[in-house]
Amino acid sequence: MQKCGGAVMSMLPAGNRIHYLVGSASLFHKQVLVPYDPLVCEFLNSVSRELLQDTLARQYPDVISFGFWCRKANIHKLKEEFSETRLRLGLGLIFHIAPSNVPVNFAFSFAFSALSGDCNVVRVPSKEYPQTAIICGAINKVLSDEKFRPIAKMTAFVRYERDDEITQAFSEMCNGRIIWGGTQTIRNIRRLPVPERAIEVSFADRYSLCAINAERLLQCSDKELLSLAEGFYNDTYLMDQNACSSPHLVVWLSDGKALSGIRKRFWESVYKTAAARYVLAPISAVDKLTMLCENAIESRGVLSVSRYENLLYVLELNHLANNMEELRGKAGFFYDVSVKTLDEIARIVNEKYQTLTYYGIEHDELVSFVLTNKLFGIDRIVPIGSAMDISVIWDGYDLVRTLSRICDVK
Amino acid sequence: MFDLAAIMDIAPYSLAKGEKTDLYIRAISSLTRLHYDGCPQYRQILDTIGFDLANAVKIEDFPFLPVRLFKEYELLSVNQSDIIKTMTSSGTTGQQVSRIYLDRETATNQIKVLTKIVSSFIGTRRLPMLVIDSKSVTQNRTLFSARGAGILGFSMLGYDVTYALDEQMNLDMDVVSGFLEKHSDTPVLLFGFTFMIWKHFVMPLREIGGLNIDNGILIHGGGWKNLGRQRADSNTAYKQAIEDVCGIKEVYDYYGMVEQTGSIFMECEYGHLHASIFSDVLIRDYRSFQSLGIGRQGLIQLISLLPRSYPGHSILSEDLGEILGEDDCPCGRMGKYFKIDGRIKNAEMRGCSDVYAAGGE
Repeated sequence: MQKCGGAVMSMLPAGNRIHYLVGSASLFHKQVLVPYDPLVCEFLNSVSRELLQDTLARQYPDVISFGFWCRKANIHKLKEEFSETRLRLGLGLIFHIAPSNVPVNFAFSFAFSALSGDCNVVRVPSKEYPQTAIICGAINKVLSDEKFRPIAKMTAFVRYERDDEITQAFSEMCNGRIIWGGTQTIRNIRRLPVPERAIEVSFADRYSLCAINAERLLQCSDKELLSLAEGFYNDTYLMDQNACSSPHLVVWLSDGKALSGIRKRFWESVYKTAAARYVLAPISAVDKLTMLCENAIESRGVLSVSRYENLLYVLELNHLANNMEELRGKAGFFYDVSVKTLDEIARIVNEKYQTLTYYGIEHDELVSFVLTNKLFGIDRIVPIGSAMDISVIWDGYDLVRTLSRICDVK
Repeated sequence: MFDLAAIMDIAPYSLAKGEKTDLYIRAISSLTRLHYDGCPQYRQILDTIGFDLANAVKIEDFPFLPVRLFKEYELLSVNQSDIIKTMTSSGTTGQQVSRIYLDRETATNQIKVLTKIVSSFIGTRRLPMLVIDSKSVTQNRTLFSARGAGILGFSMLGYDVTYALDEQMNLDMDVVSGFLEKHSDTPVLLFGFTFMIWKHFVMPLREIGGLNIDNGILIHGGGWKNLGRQRADSNTAYKQAIEDVCGIKEVYDYYGMVEQTGSIFMECEYGHLHASIFSDVLIRDYRSFQSLGIGRQGLIQLISLLPRSYPGHSILSEDLGEILGEDDCPCGRMGKYFKIDGRIKNAEMRGCSDVYAAGGE
């Protein structure tokens, strides 16, 4: 790095193995801003406008939700919630390694960090998703406006095949590294050191579950039930149940009376929603049958199996196993179990647990569940239908605070 | 109680729909009971899905196991001490392979049935046999790969069994020429795996300008996976290429899997795969596992009457195909005839994790 005026200039690695989708190695200029800098907020709103106007983007609900997330009203709300009284600045350069199989998380990762006041190098998935091109296209278009030149210089999106040398080069110059990925990916990248003062945030594989108050659900109209089922569908089937925040287990809170009726009505509504919307792959049908057989062989305490064609399999368990987080469904394969109180699930919750979605449980009850049991896991408790709502508070971190530093002036 | 010996003397393509259905309901019922009693894992599966033998009245009512289960579990319906042979599918390094456990009875029946089926195509007379493979794949006799087992099984149909490829999988022209000269006045049987023949026989022969084996009959199986083209598209091209390089006009493809060795599905003169009296196929809609009728594409369920030492009598494959007809193929063989449309795709799963690929573990 060389001193250039007052700022530190840092050139990024280049070469034919690295493809810059946004920005360039030579244009890049390291500098920091305050969190929620007005220019960054305006930039995100412009990106939002671009995406929401793009006819191609409309085919991708994940791109549209990113577009919605970036719009002025939402960013303004987040800024209000941030309400920081201390003096804060971005950490510097944040190097993002996006997950290979979730197309738009690279964009959220970038936006959170930009709002923190950082400059960013984002490694997008090496697989060429259409979503990557759409979002990078919109960002490039907005950045070409002279007004956003400061942000253009702080931003680079790169694509390269797995290459430790390149990852090492970016890691060596960063002030923070964000890794999205499975256990193996994170372990591999962690072998490549970051500078001593740099921070690292890893979004590792997590497990999520759902809790439903059966008595409250009983009072639901058919219409309300269907809308709840749609929410559950969005939390699970939309990502083939593979997202970290997709529930695999439904815990019924019930004293036992009338449970079987409402349980059946709920799953039937989920099935109806899936039948109308989900495109089942033949391999998923075979996978589900295989998983069902594995559960039978492993004697996991399956009380009953409800199969709604091959769209939905529900395995009712007779108890909550200590290793519940290892029992994962996919593409519409769920476990469910009945307990009397929420506190009964505390025993199985460990640091792998990320999201608890719920229906019919009061806020106070949820807070008391966490506080009384002093849980090691569960970082998010959200109503059914909101499991996928990613934002600046994620996986237990306040990202804007994590990716910025306090300058303590007294 | 169903006894396979009862149909061993019947011609392999002689049962019309009604007779075969009666036989199969008895046979599948009996085999399902046998494995339910003998294989604890099979019993757990049937109990979990709530299968009741008393309610199964049609062939499609009987349960099937996904073929992948044989890769994940050791499934036996007899005592370990009765196992004389373990067969494995020929997966590439790092892939999980199926392990199939054979007792004496099942192993013997596999050979008998294979012989019956194949000789109904090429005659009962033994023919000099040229294997388009290397002898080394058959060396380990206790742990057979699907390739080794296939070769040894088919070898029972021939004499003077000669291997055309050396240890490095190169075509040994001296050996081949010697074999052909020695047997120039009689039909000869060539056997090998579809893609091996393509890569190590057709390709090198093309380079040297071909060879005359117009007294040859070729049987091949094992799939087209390494040929990079769709099976149906390349079947005709494949036959043409064989004829072009060595003049063989009689070429039979067969479809089978290591989980049901012996009761293979042979391709007839009209290019249709046929179920014999020892096997049956059902096509299942992947959306519901409902059994589908003629001309509808779905997952192929394979039924074999042979497996007694392991619960492999009814298997759901990961291949897609469709029934073309029953009892009315122009070749005159009775039973269902069908075609394969390819393998189901490994879905591109969305999600955050890279640690678990398939299944609940």
